[in-house]
Amino acid sequence: MMLAFFISLLLLQGDTLGPAGLGMTENMPGEVSVIPSEAEGEASVSQDIDIAEIIFEHIGDEYEWHITEWKGKPVAIELPVIVKSSTGWHVFSSERLQHGEHYQGLYIDPEKGKILDEATGKRPLDLSITKNVLSLMMSTALLLVIVLLTARWYKKHDALKEAPTGLAAAMEPLVMMVHDMARENIGEEDYRKYSPYLCMAFLWILLNNFLGIIPFFPGGANLTGNIAITLVLALCTFFTVNLTGTKHYYKDIFAPDVPGFLKPIMPVIEVFSACMKPVSLTIRLFANMLAGHIMILSMVCIIFIMAKYGPLLSGGMTLVSVLFGVFLDALECLVAFIQAYVFTMLSSIYIGLARVHEE
Amino acid sequence: MNLVTPDTGLLFWMVVIFGVVFFLLAKFGFPVITDMVEKRSAKIAQSLKDADEIQARMASWKVEQAQMLEATRKEQSQMLREATETKARIVADAKAQAQAQADKILADAKLQIEAEKESALRDVRREVAILSVQVAEKVLRHELSDEGSQRAFIDQLVDEANQAQMHNHS
Repeated sequence: MMLAFFISLLLLQGDTLGPAGLGMTENMPGEVSVIPSEAEGEASVSQDIDIAEIIFEHIGDEYEWHITEWKGKPVAIELPVIVKSSTGWHVFSSERLQHGEHYQGLYIDPEKGKILDEATGKRPLDLSITKNVLSLMMSTALLLVIVLLTARWYKKHDALKEAPTGLAAAMEPLVMMVHDMARENIGEEDYRKYSPYLCMAFLWILLNNFLGIIPFFPGGANLTGNIAITLVLALCTFFTVNLTGTKHYYKDIFAPDVPGFLKPIMPVIEVFSACMKPVSLTIRLFANMLAGHIMILSMVCIIFIMAKYGPLLSGGMTLVSVLFGVFLDALECLVAFIQAYVFTMLSSIYIGLARVHEE
Repeated sequence: MNLVTPDTGLLFWMVVIFGVVFFLLAKFGFPVITDMVEKRSAKIAQSLKDADEIQARMASWKVEQAQMLEATRKEQSQMLREATETKARIVADAKAQAQAQADKILADAKLQIEAEKESALRDVRREVAILSVQVAEKVLRHELSDEGSQRAFIDQLVDEANQAQMHNHS
């Protein structure tokens, strides 16, 4: 997996690497075909590589999905742009906006990489199918198929008489882990109502965390490390908690049993704490996944930074960075699970706290 | 910074896609799985309980069986003892009865013998009397054929009668 990661990174960044940068990669396939294309035109063949740019390109969003480079040509999926600008709706392929071109009064901001409106210079309403959105669609469809296939097994077989096999055997422990977690944290009475949401959140986050670690095409999008995604997940939990709370829960917030002088302060504190819960959920997942991606990318980038310091130093550092990269990848697999688990567990605890009954 | 500003498009698509898939899975996905697994867990728990119960019942059955066996054995020996006693009693009774019967037969036989003897004696006596009368008759007829001897005999009888009278008076 790491090797594939190196190759894809090398190919992706081929244009920013100078000749020295390629010196150490004789044994890597595809190296011969990497020809600096744009870099030449801009006359900026630099021996230094911009680590921040590489990393941010990988963890950010794009209007096309650059998969690899084949015989000097980029292999990429050109995704549709769907924008409502000051001149109305526009739907076209992102190919038309490549290399800073303007099309239908729209262009991609070279600094932020987002589509801007020529007329106003601001962001239009941008519902484009970006790399992240495509990844979101694919991974969610995959989850849908996996869970429905699992459910189909249980419909077709008598689970009372035979043990699950194949996909069902793999999915059952995960689903039941969340289901049991819901029972423990929410209570016997109404955990069934919330269990599907928690299962969905857990499996979705887990799947996307793992897809994020895979460095090549179907994976590689940094979805759970994107704040919009984690914000939506956290808001789902927030609304589930606060729209289905018991009377007792609201009473604890707005009219708690506290001494008189605390009465006006407590609701403020409680409301603030209720609003901070989704914020903490958002940031925790987002920051953890983002940090993991950045760490792995940094480890890989060490190879390219060290390339210009001669074969001995770069060889040594390559070994070190490969070892650390493998370690970090393993760590990320652990973190992928832990973060999905933590998000789900905190959600279930928050829901459980809102389902308190009068003692 | 780009990283911490949620993107509208992604927000929109996330809400739509996550929402739709959640709706589908909450309806056709997870409840099917969890319900089935819970049913199975309940069945397994029930089966374990049943097995425990059956085991306990089997244990009690074993005790009961042993008790029954013990009781049967006791009964058997009791019956054997009783049978032996009955046999001894029957034999003894039979012996006693046979003895009594034998005694009775013996006694009867003795009585009969006595009676036979008695009647035989009576017959003998009668025969002897008849014989003696006949002999006497014959003797008398022979002796009293002449006058003299008849007189002598009558005298003798008178003497005898006199002697008997005198003997009676004295």
